[in-house]
Amino acid sequence: MKILVAVKRVVDYNVKVRPKSDGTDVDIANAKMSINPFCEIAVEEAVRLKEKGVATEIVAVSMGPKQSQEQIRTAMALGADRGILVESDDALEPLAVAKCLKAIIANESPDLVIMGKQSIDGDNNQTGQMLGALTSMPQGTFASEVEIADGKAKVTREIDGGLQTVELTLPAIVTTDLRLNEPRYASLPNIMKAKKKPLDTTTPADLGVDTAPRVQTLKVEPPAERQAGIKVADVAELVDKLKNEAKVIS
Amino acid sequence: MAAPILNTRDLEFMLYELFDAEGMTQRPRYADHSRETFTAAMDTSRAVAEKYMLPIRQKVDTNEPTFDGKNVHMLPEIKTAVQAVIDSGLSSMTADYELGGMQMPLIAANATGAYLSAAGSTMMGYTGLTNANCNLIEAHGTQAQIDKWVAPMREGRFAGTMAMTEPGAGSGLADLTTSAVPQEDGTYRVSGNKIFISGGDHELNENIVHLVLARVKGAPKGVKGISLFIVPKFLVNEDGSLGERNDVWLAGLFHKMGGRGQTSCALSFGEKEGAVAYLVGEENQGLRYMFHMMNEARIMVGTAAAVTALTGYQYSLDYAKERPQGRLASCKDPHSAPVNIIKHPDVRRMLLAQKAYSEGAYALCLLGAQLADDERTAPTEEERKQAHLLLDFLTPIIKSWPSEYGPRANSLAIQVMGGHGYINEHPVEMFYRDNRLNPIHEGTYGVQSLDLLARKVPMGGMAGYQACLAEMEKTINEASTDAAVAGFAKELTEAIQTLKSTTEVLLGAMAEKNIDLALANSVKYLELFGNVVVAWIWLKQGIVASKALAGNPHEDDQKFYKGKLQALKYFYRFELPEINVWSKILCDLDDTTYEMQEEWF
Ligand SMILES: Cc1cc2nc3c(=O)[nH]c(=O)nc-3n(C[C@H](O)[C@H](O)[C@H](O)COP(=O)(O)OP(=O)(O)OC[C@H]3O[C@@H](n4cnc5c(N)ncnc54)[C@H](O)[C@@H]3O)c2cc1C
Ligand SMILES: Cc1cc2nc3c(=O)[nH]c(=O)nc-3n(C[C@H](O)[C@H](O)[C@H](O)COP(=O)(O)OP(=O)(O)OC[C@H]3O[C@@H](n4cnc5c(N)ncnc54)[C@H](O)[C@@H]3O)c2cc1C
Repeated sequence: MKILVAVKRVVDYNVKVRPKSDGTDVDIANAKMSINPFCEIAVEEAVRLKEKGVATEIVAVSMGPKQSQEQIRTAMALGADRGILVESDDALEPLAVAKCLKAIIANESPDLVIMGKQSIDGDNNQTGQMLGALTSMPQGTFASEVEIADGKAKVTREIDGGLQTVELTLPAIVTTDLRLNEPRYASLPNIMKAKKKPLDTTTPADLGVDTAPRVQTLKVEPPAERQAGIKVADVAELVDKLKNEAKVIS
Repeated sequence: MAAPILNTRDLEFMLYELFDAEGMTQRPRYADHSRETFTAAMDTSRAVAEKYMLPIRQKVDTNEPTFDGKNVHMLPEIKTAVQAVIDSGLSSMTADYELGGMQMPLIAANATGAYLSAAGSTMMGYTGLTNANCNLIEAHGTQAQIDKWVAPMREGRFAGTMAMTEPGAGSGLADLTTSAVPQEDGTYRVSGNKIFISGGDHELNENIVHLVLARVKGAPKGVKGISLFIVPKFLVNEDGSLGERNDVWLAGLFHKMGGRGQTSCALSFGEKEGAVAYLVGEENQGLRYMFHMMNEARIMVGTAAAVTALTGYQYSLDYAKERPQGRLASCKDPHSAPVNIIKHPDVRRMLLAQKAYSEGAYALCLLGAQLADDERTAPTEEERKQAHLLLDFLTPIIKSWPSEYGPRANSLAIQVMGGHGYINEHPVEMFYRDNRLNPIHEGTYGVQSLDLLARKVPMGGMAGYQACLAEMEKTINEASTDAAVAGFAKELTEAIQTLKSTTEVLLGAMAEKNIDLALANSVKYLELFGNVVVAWIWLKQGIVASKALAGNPHEDDQKFYKGKLQALKYFYRFELPEINVWSKILCDLDDTTYEMQEEWF
């Protein structure tokens, strides 16, 4: 069984991002970049399936600038067998990414696609679903457990108020939630091995994908600063404020 | 936000802007590496540190290992953490691929290991010493010894120790009495007592390989009669399986003010018929072999001291940004909110001092690591020789300056945090206790100062000394063309002048007068030389920062580089001038300590 994992290069989760002073975008010019945490979980799940003998090959794909090679290498150091970079310097929106993935799927014919439920930069939570629609593949989103048996994927999903289990016929798409697994870190020997694994590069144009943005960013600004707290004299004043100022009770 | 273990931006500055870690990848030995692999290794190290070491740091400190008369007991989490270090490949980063290593340059390995050291320094002792033990056997042992002992140590199955110190022989190893008797089969039987042996016994590994200094029966007195032996806890059969228990026993554990992750052992060799021992290299060459590895071992001590200072600095900095207390003198309004303590200039003084000490010390250690790399792998014979000369000369300073100023930085971290720094709800008091070992082991501060003044300075027609001055001159010339740092270059020139004249007086006195008197204030000479060297290291950092600022970098980087320039200024205003006091004491051949009588105390 072949698994395709999507990995995205994003600003590291430890970095506190700020808007650029002109408000056109988020300022990440100098920030440490890493593999998107949800993508890391996707890679981990694929590697576990391979270790269990369920999967035989893992292909890591990234859509983004040339430096996204680093994140593909990270995925390979974690256990992916080879990588594909769809190189583009454009800001790729979920639809463009989904279209690229669709084209890669057509070439690679994976049995399972695992990807993050969202990336921590755009926070869109769209790509997996769009890919499902574009390819007509069944999807199990927000997965907290994945089981593969008899050509089917049993996916436990985290939904409002509980868990839902769906059964998908392969090939299928799974998007990962936080609790699916705890990703490993790359051991040093595996970091070195990853350097020798094959990494192919293509472009959206080669794949026949139009990446023109559909959304226009008007302005980026920081959220309003939290106001300092105040002391109230008694319960009556507290109730009054909750009612009339905060308007959280009536 | 919790304080970071270390400032990664600063590590990158040192590796790639101040020094040229990436340039190492041009050399055949490191050709598989790139900045990307270094970064990945550092990410892994930080992950291991955060996952396995930080969470148990305090628990390890408050639960020291115990001995029930038979076995050592320690927190099981320590084994898990040490195993994670081994499994991730972080325990033998610099070793050859064939021996299970990663063939990383020392400079990159040093910065990678820094996270582990900062998050749980004393647990790293086990793998650190094992690594040092392996390096020694690889350099001076036979192929059969390497196969038998090094291979399982590199795999993490065996651990290694360095067993030198005895109750009657600490600084003065020449007086050690542990003896070795040759046997007909070519092995030896060792008996004697060793103390303070780090990792001397524990249950973390299948076997422990002691490297023991001992005197072969009939060997000459003094340093010329010391040999080096492999003495395993368990003998090892031809097929590599464990054999009989050897005649080496744990006599007891020491209870230390810090470093509680690691056992410190009194070991008794040969309580029965003598511990089976295998000679490394030739008889009577033991100390020479040991000293061959000393430069790197001493860089490791300096590094541990510097890194502990760095992490204490990060911790107290984070605290100072969030602790509201007091108001500025200019504020008379009692209704105003108290300011965060970082707003007080005196707190910034303490933070700046920590920054200047710790970043100065660590950059010095990385310079040492780079020289150790150059000594082995620089392209030409001439460059390798030059690197060896300079490293050999600088080693007492690389070991001692961080060891002395690291604990001072940690003491300031406590002070920044007030009462909260003194209690164990925060780790800074532990950092201080852990760090306090560093001026003691691997040659005490006093012994290092004698090594510098009486040996290293005059050695080889003062070749090392001259090489060091020449390097500093180069930096001064470079700095002189940049208005932002030219003033510091001038001050360093004057400081070097002071160093030169002091050196001249002392060498003259050593030759002509009472040598004991001439050496009486050697520690002040070490401090003088150390401050000049660290002033040089800060000037180097200033040159890089100033150049980078001229390129109008990103706002975050501007702040970073301005911080470097301010720490440079701090060092030149507050620390460097102290050399003038010390120089006077030295040049006067001040006899205050020399003349002090035992009975007057
Ligand atoms: C936690 C810890 C771990 C250690 N780990 C190891 C280990 O793994 N293996 C090992 O072999 N040893 C180890 N040691 C021993 C360590 O190397 C010695 O403690 C050190 O060499 C000093 O020796 P000493 O303690 O006997 O002090 P001493 O030599 O008695 O020194 C006492 C004081 O006298 C001064 N002094 C001594 N001689 C001179 C001199 N000639 N001139 C001027 N001043 C002098 C010293 O500077 C010092 O201030 C460890 C020690 C500790 C505390
Ligand atoms: C072991 C121990 C015993 C103690 N016993 C007692 C006791 O019996 N009774 C009791 O009442 N208290 C006691 N204390 C509390 C002790 O007096 C306080 O810890 C001390 O006053 C410092 O206050 P702090 O810890 O809140 O530090 P902070 O006031 O938060 O100080 C932190 C840092 O900020 C600096 N700073 C603060 N304000 C200013 C300013 N305006 N200008 C410049 N720098 C400033 C300080 O110098 C310090 O470096 C004890 C503390 C300890 C650790």
